[in-house]
Amino acid sequence: MTNRSLAIRDLHVDVATETGPKPILKGVNLTVNPGEVHAIMGPNGSGKSTLAYSLAGHPKYTITSGSVTLDGTELTGLSVDARAKAGLFLAMQYPVEVPGVSVSNFLRTAKTAIDGAAPPLRAWVKKVNEALAGMQLDDEFAARSVNEGFSGGEKKRNEIVQLELLNPRYAILDETDSGLDIDALRIVSEGVNRYAAQGDRGVLLITHYTRILRYIRPDFVHVFVDGHIVEEGGPELAESLEETGYERWVRADN
Amino acid sequence: MTLPETTVISHLHPRGSLDVADHPVPTGKEEVWRFTPLAGLADFFDDTLGRSALGEGPYPARGQGYTSEVLAPGQGPHGGLTPVDRAAAIAARDGAGRHIIIDGVAEWVRVGLEPGQPGVPTANHLVIEARPGADGTVIITHHGRARHLGNVEINVGAGAYLTVVSIQNWDRGAVHLGQHEAVVGKDATFRHVVVTLGGDLVRLQTNVSYASTGGRAELYGVYFADAGQHFEHRLFVDHNRPKGTSLVDYRGALQGEHARSVWVGDVLIRPEARGIETYESNKNLILTDGARADAVPNLEIETGEIIGAGHSASTGRFDDEQLFYLQSRGIPGSEARRLVVRGFFATILTKIGVPEVEELLMGLIDTELAFDKEN
Repeated sequence: MTNRSLAIRDLHVDVATETGPKPILKGVNLTVNPGEVHAIMGPNGSGKSTLAYSLAGHPKYTITSGSVTLDGTELTGLSVDARAKAGLFLAMQYPVEVPGVSVSNFLRTAKTAIDGAAPPLRAWVKKVNEALAGMQLDDEFAARSVNEGFSGGEKKRNEIVQLELLNPRYAILDETDSGLDIDALRIVSEGVNRYAAQGDRGVLLITHYTRILRYIRPDFVHVFVDGHIVEEGGPELAESLEETGYERWVRADN
Repeated sequence: MTLPETTVISHLHPRGSLDVADHPVPTGKEEVWRFTPLAGLADFFDDTLGRSALGEGPYPARGQGYTSEVLAPGQGPHGGLTPVDRAAAIAARDGAGRHIIIDGVAEWVRVGLEPGQPGVPTANHLVIEARPGADGTVIITHHGRARHLGNVEINVGAGAYLTVVSIQNWDRGAVHLGQHEAVVGKDATFRHVVVTLGGDLVRLQTNVSYASTGGRAELYGVYFADAGQHFEHRLFVDHNRPKGTSLVDYRGALQGEHARSVWVGDVLIRPEARGIETYESNKNLILTDGARADAVPNLEIETGEIIGAGHSASTGRFDDEQLFYLQSRGIPGSEARRLVVRGFFATILTKIGVPEVEELLMGLIDTELAFDKEN
C-alpha cells in the first residue's frame, strides 16, 4: 500500500526572491494513500501554496532537500510535465490565461500527452461535454480561449473539468474554494467528490476556511504553520479551528 | 463633398509625391530608413532599370460580385496612393498590375503573384476598389525569390466592408519593398491583414486615411522572422475626418541569430478629427537569443475632443506561468511553447474569416515552429 501513496518526506523548499533564496518549507512530512482525502489548513503566508506549487514543479521554487514519491516514483528531479504524467494534478488558485488556445484543444492536447495516445474522437467529445455539463458549463465553453475572460467561478470549474477528464492518481486543490459563491462551491465540491469516490485516488485539499469541508469530508486534517505541519487530526480538528483559529500555533511559533 | 483639412507638419510622415525625382535615394540617415539594412538595395532605388511585373497564377474566387482589368505599366495610380518614399514612387511609375473592383458580394478573390526570376527587378501596382455598400475579401500572395517593388492602392466606398490580406511567403533571397494605402469612405469598414513569413527583407509602409466620417480601419499583422531576416512594418493612420475608428494589432515571433523585426505605428489625430477612437498595439515574442524586435508607437494628438487614443508595445520571452500551467497538465515543454505561439497568432489569423486561408497560414506557422521539436 505505502509505495502506491503520495509520500512527502522532510521537504525543504526555497523561493527565489530579489534578495536571494528564502526558505519557505521547513521539513514537511505527509503521506496521502489512495482513497484518502486530506485537508491542509493554515494562515496566510504559512507556505500552503508553496507546498502545492513545489510538488507540481513550479520553476520559482527550489527543493533543497527531502523527497516526494508517487507510486514509488521520485518526483523531485522530474520536469513539470513528467510529474503530471506520473499522476499528479494541481488545481490552481489562479488559473492562467492562454489566449488563442481553445479549452477543447487544450483538453485534448493534455489528455493525449498524459495517455501517450490521442483519445478516440467521438467518445472524447462526449466525455468533454459530460464533464462540462457536470460543472454546469455549456458546450460553447469548449470553444473559448483557456481562462481568458472567465469569471472567477468559471476558472475554478474549468480546473475541476480538467481533474475529471485527466483523472490523475493524486489531486492537489489549492484554495479551489476561494472566490466561489455558494452554488459554485457546491458544484465544484460535487465534482471533487465524484473524483474521490472512485476509491483509489488521493486528494490534498488546501484551504483557509472550513466552509468547503462541509461539502468535501476530509479523512485527515493537517494544520500548517510556518512551513511545516504542526498538528494533525480528523475532521473534528477543522471544527475546533473554526472556534479557535490558528492563533495558538502562530504565537507558539513566533 | 469636401471637408476642411488642416495641414500638419510632422517629421513622422514625409509628404508624398508621385514624382520619383522628389524622393532622393535614401542614405540610412533618414528617420524612415534608419532601421532598414540598405546595403545591397541600390537596384531598388535605381529609376533607370527596366522592371517587369510579376505575373499572376490561377485566379480563384468565390462569389461573383467583382470585376478585374489589367493595368499597363504606369496606369496603376488612381489618386488614392501618394508614394512616401522612392521605392513606392518607382513602383507607382513603372509597375503594371490589376484593378479589382468589388461591386456586390465577393466572398474572396485571390491574386496569386508568380515567383518571377531570381534577381530580376519587378514592380507591381495593384488597385482594389470596393464600391459603395460592397462586401468582399481580396487575398494577395507572394512567393519565390523576386526583388520586388509592390504597391497596393485601396479605395473603400461608403458603407462598404472590405478585407485585404497580403501574404509575404517569399523564399530566402527575396526582397520586397512597397506601400499599401487605403482611403476609407463614409461609415465603411476596412480590414487589412499583413502576414510576413518569408524573404530576406520585407518592408511595407501601410497608410490609412478617411474620405468622410464614421470610417473604421482595422490593421492586423503577423510576422515570424528567422535568422538573418529583416521584416519591417510601418503604419500611418491619418485621422483627417471626424468620428473615425482605427485599431492596429501587430504580432511577431522571432527566432535565430539576427532575426529582426521593426514595427512603427504612427497615428495622427488632426484638429478636425473630433470624436475619433484609436488604439494600436504591437507584441513580440522572442523565442531565442540573438533576435531583436524594435517597436516604435507614435501618437500625435491635435485635438482633445476624442473618445480615446492609446497604444502599447511589448517585447518579451515566453510567459513562465503560461508554460507552467500547460506543462502541469502533462504537455511537454516544446508542445506547450508551440501552443502558446499558435494561440498568439490565432487571435489575429482568425480575423481573416476565410477558413482555408487561416488553416494554410497556421500550417506555415507550424513549419516555422518545427525547429522546436528536438527541444
